[in-house]
Amino acid sequence: MAQYAWLIPLLPLISFALIAFGLRRSPAASGWVTALAVLGSLILSLSIFAQALGGGCVQSVCIDQSYDWIPLVGSPSLAIGIRVDALTALMLVVVTSVSFLVQVYSTGYMRHGADDDPVETNGYARSYARYFASMSLFTFSMLGLVLANSLLTIYLFWEGVGLCSYLLIGHWHWRPEAAAAAKKAFLVTRLGDFGFLLGILYLFSQAHTFQFDQLAQMAASGLIGGTALTIAMLLIFCGAAGKSAQFPLHVWLPDAMEGPTPVSALIHAATMVAAGVYLMARVFPLLVHSDLALQIVATIGAFTAIFAASMGLVATDIKRVMAYSTISQLGYMMLGIGVGAATAGVFHLFNHAFFKALLFLGAGSVIHLVNSNEMFASMGGLRRYRPVTMLTMWIAALSLAGIPPFSGFWSKDEILAAAATRAMPLYLAALVTVFMTAFYMGRVMFVTFYGEFRGDRHTLEHDHGEPMSMTIPLIILAIPSLFTGLWGAPFLGSGFAAFIEGPGAPEVATRLDVVVLSSALAFLGGLLSWGMYGRGSFTIPERLTAQLSWPHHVLMDRYHLDHLYNWIASRVVLGLAWLAGQFDTLIVDGAVNGIGARTVQLGSVLRRLQTGQVQTYGWVLFAGAVFLALLVALPIVTAGHL
Amino acid sequence: MPPAAPPLYPITLQHGLILGALLFAIGIVGALTKRNAIAILMSIELMLNGVIVTFVAFARHAIPSDLTGQVFGIFIMTVAAAEAAVGLAIVIAVHRVRRTVEVDAIDTLQG
Repeated sequence: MAQYAWLIPLLPLISFALIAFGLRRSPAASGWVTALAVLGSLILSLSIFAQALGGGCVQSVCIDQSYDWIPLVGSPSLAIGIRVDALTALMLVVVTSVSFLVQVYSTGYMRHGADDDPVETNGYARSYARYFASMSLFTFSMLGLVLANSLLTIYLFWEGVGLCSYLLIGHWHWRPEAAAAAKKAFLVTRLGDFGFLLGILYLFSQAHTFQFDQLAQMAASGLIGGTALTIAMLLIFCGAAGKSAQFPLHVWLPDAMEGPTPVSALIHAATMVAAGVYLMARVFPLLVHSDLALQIVATIGAFTAIFAASMGLVATDIKRVMAYSTISQLGYMMLGIGVGAATAGVFHLFNHAFFKALLFLGAGSVIHLVNSNEMFASMGGLRRYRPVTMLTMWIAALSLAGIPPFSGFWSKDEILAAAATRAMPLYLAALVTVFMTAFYMGRVMFVTFYGEFRGDRHTLEHDHGEPMSMTIPLIILAIPSLFTGLWGAPFLGSGFAAFIEGPGAPEVATRLDVVVLSSALAFLGGLLSWGMYGRGSFTIPERLTAQLSWPHHVLMDRYHLDHLYNWIASRVVLGLAWLAGQFDTLIVDGAVNGIGARTVQLGSVLRRLQTGQVQTYGWVLFAGAVFLALLVALPIVTAGHL
Repeated sequence: MPPAAPPLYPITLQHGLILGALLFAIGIVGALTKRNAIAILMSIELMLNGVIVTFVAFARHAIPSDLTGQVFGIFIMTVAAAEAAVGLAIVIAVHRVRRTVEVDAIDTLQG
């Protein structure tokens, strides 16, 4: 089956081409073409997954093929290729299944677009077909990224998903905030990608290959290592930190919520932002040989986890809470990889993709209902209008909070156990994050679905229920949010680790104290959120906000980081640019223009020689000939030969 | 038949060279001083003739067994005829455009 893996990204690419070049005038078809193409990819992915699961691959690698893209003289050719192993098979299923459900959901959600999106006579928003073209292109790029067998290939698709993320955040490009957010996302991730590219080139200069399997072999045999490996790994981590919104490059992800909600679910929760974690898991065989790089990855991961969670405590925009939560959970995954439990990190990625996509789609469902993102101003009491949304979101929220036996509990626990063994301070930070996570998720659920409706009554009056295409994906996503955790449960044999690491995987460390402590903290966090927000009135949080106005302000203002970055961009960078500009105009241009001006001056003197009188030229010619003749003849005459 | 008596005043190499130099000098002075383009063309013909005379004189006295110099002279005459044809054509073309053949009036290339 794996030899057909190249078809998986091809199908969405075909649907992109079909929409971009043919179906722009028939929006209904564009939605279903996209969903069908991704369904085809999903079926292929599932069959490859079944093959990998059944042990049908040699040493858990099903296929690893390269194709010489640019032949080079005197050095290895630049090759692109695909690799299917357990990790790829898993990611293929995650990407195609979430993408398929999101496409189905989008056919309902995007039909009327935003309230400022002009609706055509056929009842579809004008931007509908463009939306699905971008989504197809994104799915293609993401699948290519997952299938890549070398750093070069992964980098190509890495930029591809970055481009699609830009296009989709700015989907409603007539809104200034959306356009600015798209630009910000692109620039900030590009900043990280610059490091990534440097890392790839540096590693190539050391190892002369881009291919993951060869790199892993070289690292294992000690051919590359030491400082060079640490530098390469840290540069590659720059790229991963940009894509996965790790501190200090996290600033783009909250703003990216300006995009349509299904986009946030697919790109900014389940798949693209997890690409950084996936990349680190891919290069993990190299990463383990550099203790410093591991420590930095773990520290940044843990710090990002607690840092983003703290901002999630106060955000009032439901999608922003989810965004902070995503950053925080990605921090967890990085922490897992940094403390050496890469499989646990990937396991969390796998579980997180489903429950976070579900949370975003649920948020989209209530946003679709009340036409606003503000939890306090426009929501409340929505359980009467969207009971299915509430139920499925509860499952996802409990999973995210790490309440047993929901899926998030199992993976988070593996990461915490590894951290507790390897890095105590990071473990404590992660525990605090567990508490915060449970608190802000409880807050979202209570504020959105309980109490009285606080928004404009008119928005609810023309509620005709939501289309089935939006409800069914929620229900389907609730199933993995409930059960996928059990795949990695230690008392069921830790099947996940065995699958990813192949036969002979070391036993997953479990620590009962960690399990008890983290579950208790999660329960406490949830309980506290119920105490503060669960009873319909917000007097306690309001009093708390008034008393702690300064910390509240700092959190609301995202630790002033955006101001700092703005200041750096507008003062430092523009100041340097001004200096460079002055150097260019005064010194570089001055030299060039000066040489030009002198040449013109000299020319205006020399032009007097050109009289245009052909006989003058004749005289000069004659004089020259006579002179040369004398030059030849005089020595002969004076020597007396004549 | 008795052999011809040697001439009373034989034509020596110097005679030929002086004649050639005179022709060339007259030609170059004419070419550089005349204003009429036709006169300049004629002067150039004179210069070429001076060259031919020099060639023939050298050929006659330096290598009497060979006719190289004389053949060269014939070549120069041929080329000179072609040159005169082209030169006259240019003069006529210039005259059509500028209504003059005075070379000091034709100074479009002045810097």
